[in-house]
Amino acid sequence: MAARRAASSILSRRPIPRPVAASSIGESALLGAGSARGWLPGALHRFSSAPAAAAAAATEEPIQPPVDVKYTKLLINGNFVDAASGRTFATVDPRTGDVIAHVAEGDAEDINRAVAAARRAFDEGPWPRMTAYERCRVLLRFADLIEQHAEEIAALETWDGGKTLEQTRGMEVPMVARYMRYYAGWADKIHGLVVPADGPHHVQVLHEPIGVAGQIIPWNFPLLMFAWKVGPALACGNAVVLKTAEQTPLSALFVASLLHEAGLPEGVLNVVSGFGPTAGAALCSHMGVDKLAFTGSTGTGKIVLELAARSNLKPVTLELGGKSPFIVMDDADVDQAVELAHRALFFNQGQCCCAGSRTFVHERVYDEFVEKSKARALNRVVGDPFRRGVEQGPQIDGEQFKKILRYVQSGVDSGATLVAGGDRAGSRGFYIQPTVFADVKDEMKIAQEEIFGPVQTILKFSTVEEVVRRANDSPYGLAAGVFTQRLDAANTMARALRVGTVWVNTYDVFDAAVPFGGYKMSGVGREKGVYSLRNYLQTKAVVTPIKDAAWL
Amino acid sequence: MAAAVANGDKGFEVPKLEIKFTKLFINGRFVDAVSGKTFETRDPRTGEVTARIAEGDKADVDLAVKAAREAFDHGPWPRMSGFQRGRILHKFADLVEQHTEELAALDTVDAGKLFAMGKAIDIPGGANLLRYYAGAADKIHGETLKMARPCHGYTLKEPVGVVGHIVPWNYPTTMFFFKVSPALAAGCTMVVKPAEQTPLSALFYAHLAKEAGVPDGVLNVVPGFGPTAGAAISSHMDIDKVSFTGSTEVGRLVMEAAAKSNLKPVSLELGGKSPVIVFDDADLDMAVSLVHMATYTNKVDLSDYPAVPSEIMCTSTICSKFSSILHINSAILQGEICVAGSRIYVQEGIYDAFVKKASEMAKKSVVGDPFNPRVHQGPQIDKDQYEKVLKYIDIGTREGATLVTGGKPCGENGYYIEPTIFTNEEMSIAQEEIFGPVMALMKFKTVEEAIQKANSTRYGLAAGIVTKNIDIANTVSRSIRAGAIWINCYLGFDPDAPFGGYKMSGFGKDMGMDALEKYLHTKAVVTPLYNTPWL
Repeated sequence: MAARRAASSILSRRPIPRPVAASSIGESALLGAGSARGWLPGALHRFSSAPAAAAAAATEEPIQPPVDVKYTKLLINGNFVDAASGRTFATVDPRTGDVIAHVAEGDAEDINRAVAAARRAFDEGPWPRMTAYERCRVLLRFADLIEQHAEEIAALETWDGGKTLEQTRGMEVPMVARYMRYYAGWADKIHGLVVPADGPHHVQVLHEPIGVAGQIIPWNFPLLMFAWKVGPALACGNAVVLKTAEQTPLSALFVASLLHEAGLPEGVLNVVSGFGPTAGAALCSHMGVDKLAFTGSTGTGKIVLELAARSNLKPVTLELGGKSPFIVMDDADVDQAVELAHRALFFNQGQCCCAGSRTFVHERVYDEFVEKSKARALNRVVGDPFRRGVEQGPQIDGEQFKKILRYVQSGVDSGATLVAGGDRAGSRGFYIQPTVFADVKDEMKIAQEEIFGPVQTILKFSTVEEVVRRANDSPYGLAAGVFTQRLDAANTMARALRVGTVWVNTYDVFDAAVPFGGYKMSGVGREKGVYSLRNYLQTKAVVTPIKDAAWL
Repeated sequence: MAAAVANGDKGFEVPKLEIKFTKLFINGRFVDAVSGKTFETRDPRTGEVTARIAEGDKADVDLAVKAAREAFDHGPWPRMSGFQRGRILHKFADLVEQHTEELAALDTVDAGKLFAMGKAIDIPGGANLLRYYAGAADKIHGETLKMARPCHGYTLKEPVGVVGHIVPWNYPTTMFFFKVSPALAAGCTMVVKPAEQTPLSALFYAHLAKEAGVPDGVLNVVPGFGPTAGAAISSHMDIDKVSFTGSTEVGRLVMEAAAKSNLKPVSLELGGKSPVIVFDDADLDMAVSLVHMATYTNKVDLSDYPAVPSEIMCTSTICSKFSSILHINSAILQGEICVAGSRIYVQEGIYDAFVKKASEMAKKSVVGDPFNPRVHQGPQIDKDQYEKVLKYIDIGTREGATLVTGGKPCGENGYYIEPTIFTNEEMSIAQEEIFGPVMALMKFKTVEEAIQKANSTRYGLAAGIVTKNIDIANTVSRSIRAGAIWINCYLGFDPDAPFGGYKMSGFGKDMGMDALEKYLHTKAVVTPLYNTPWL
């Protein structure tokens, strides 16, 4: 069956023009890299079709990453140290399943050491006591260093996470620098209100750093999640213990070393590589941690919140899963809608919490949309993420790889129509064919659960009221896409969808100033923008009587 | 001889200085004035000519506005993202820092400002302000609104357009960046007229802005005189906003010209006669030091004043080592500052002791060449100001105020004046802005009386309060009609602290996020909503 599809895809192959929608997405859109196809015609030469490309990528030798792994130890109190237990774990190249490096494996004892260092840095160290302008300068220098080491950082990120180099080098690393500059600019603009009182009182509000923040980041965007978490925490004057995902420990260690080079005092940022049940749980239940921020699955998010409740009631920010609707109205330019919906789902191998994973298409354009989505998926270039022109690398690891294929099977079993993909790509590593299901029904598992892979599910609708109801009928509420030129429909849906972000005629715009986070079981709190600062600040009201007040 | 005059002291080095930029900066190029005319800028240390500067007038302002208009209406500046503008401002800040020595020397020969302070404070402070607004450029938020009908409403904060900035001579660098940084961050284009006394650093900054990537036409600098170039800016039909710092008299002319032309909004930062109120419970030595610095100058080296605990000086000056952009040292240099603490009210319990110590401190102050690091006070800016200050001293004496110390010129050439102290009740030197090293010391009994006296002025720029009592501090802070209150410190300037006057000291704020408002329009956008699930 896979072979038959491969043949048909060669027949249906067409040059992909630079998508029109690209301009409306803007330079800062994460999806910008998709347009790389437009300026890399060579890609189409090498890979005449997606499955063929995947097969080629999997049979040819992987490209040697142009970077050495320099840091594999835990970063505690400004020093790279072994784990207390002396143990290490392997981090694996998802292209091959081969070991990249053995990394020190932090557990509860290392978290204790890291929290002690952070506690000292916060309680006695210079960081919260220096001026905001000085903190700002450290973050600005950090941004400069990231740019100076961009090639190295991007290569590490691609190697460890299987993300295309075009994406990490072209977008993600520059965005980390951009986020850092954004938060640097906030450091000296954190304002409390002076508050009117009912009587003769002078009332002012101080926003103080909250203390030691524990942060747990996922493997799908290691560097960007580092920036989202560490940037605002540091700008506000906090100390941090960061636990990276065990799949992707490398880039955070590298950039954390740059942050120290930029002048960060020791102990302010500690990075502990390790696993959730050991290091992660220790951080969540630690009595010396004042705040938790977690990005990951909804299941793990529940555990994080529970551990916080059972220990010291530390406040928790959660950015969790999603099953985000992408709604295409009948007035849509179908070609543009197909391209945007494609990118909304397939970006980053489909490993996005906000992936547009329920593609709702109006019945009047449905058939055309499905046909064109299929063609686009079949043309998606799968291969070694270090190779120019490749759009899709491998999934992160064997576990995810198998889980996605189980979902594909479930889609077939439940009666959805498999119109593209449906199998692994190649014979080595964790590559999966871009997969599209049509005729998907709301009650199917693939329309309800987060697949976190390159599997698009297309559903049909007929009215705005109906699609809003169905889109909202989900335990998740992270994001939504609305594709229409009709102002009134756009405004109605923007308010009616119970989600944290609505992208209208665009998707995956992740500007530093735009708040991001979920409704319902997609999370608690917001990251980015001015809203992110609230996660890392305490609010203190200072009240004193005022005698003979000239005014109140 | 009240103060030691360090004019004969040659044990310091005057940096060699080449004046590179003397022409008008219009549309990214240095050009001669249309008229071909030039004017002299003089070194206030000697009164000698430093350079001949192209003299802009109406024709040049027209050209500059045309360039700014084009840059705003069709150029990239307002169309790039706030982040991109911020990146260019960061680069600009780095370039300013790289030229610190040269820029500080320019301000010293042009304005007589202390060279050491320029290097330590003014120039880094300019870079700090640029960085502050670089970080603000991507944080200009409109709001979505809570409408009373089923409508969706939101506000857009749009750059106001072409701005005219008229800046004074007392701190050429700091004033330049007070005005230019937030306007650039907001996405405006502009025409800057520096004071005719101090055009040099502004022209240098225009050159650096271009090097940093500010597009041509966005920042134009037209040196010239108020009645010609200044008036042309104020009355120009194609300038959308005027921001002025200077005297109250000229501020009135600016506003009038704006009203008579295109009703352009105006912001004015004008004169002051700011009170410092010292209560009985104050630490006397600290209070004397604070008032001394608030009136005249500041110490480069605290060891000159062993009686002053360093942490008090530190808090009183917002510790220059770290944050301050505009430090007292540079700010009150020679008493030439709009916020000078020029009326000192001292509570009766410590009055006599205060007068004695203040006079001793004034006598110790070293007046001399501002390139000399041992000098506390340089010359007045020019002959006019020098003579005006001496005239006020004469008036004070004739009106019966008691001259405690100083009162005379010092040195053989240049515009040096001794630190001067008068005491007495009602005197015109306690009402008018002298803009020189003259302190008026007066006595009061109660908190109410202090408030009443402090407010009995047409100005309302700033005030200082020296007390350890929380209730007095809070009550007086709210009671004084002034835009800045400094408690147990003075000149508490900070990039994040908005600054601007009450009453005839002006309106509109420089610095802080408030300053951006001057350069932004608010547009409300409303459209009906159908079938909305909430309002």
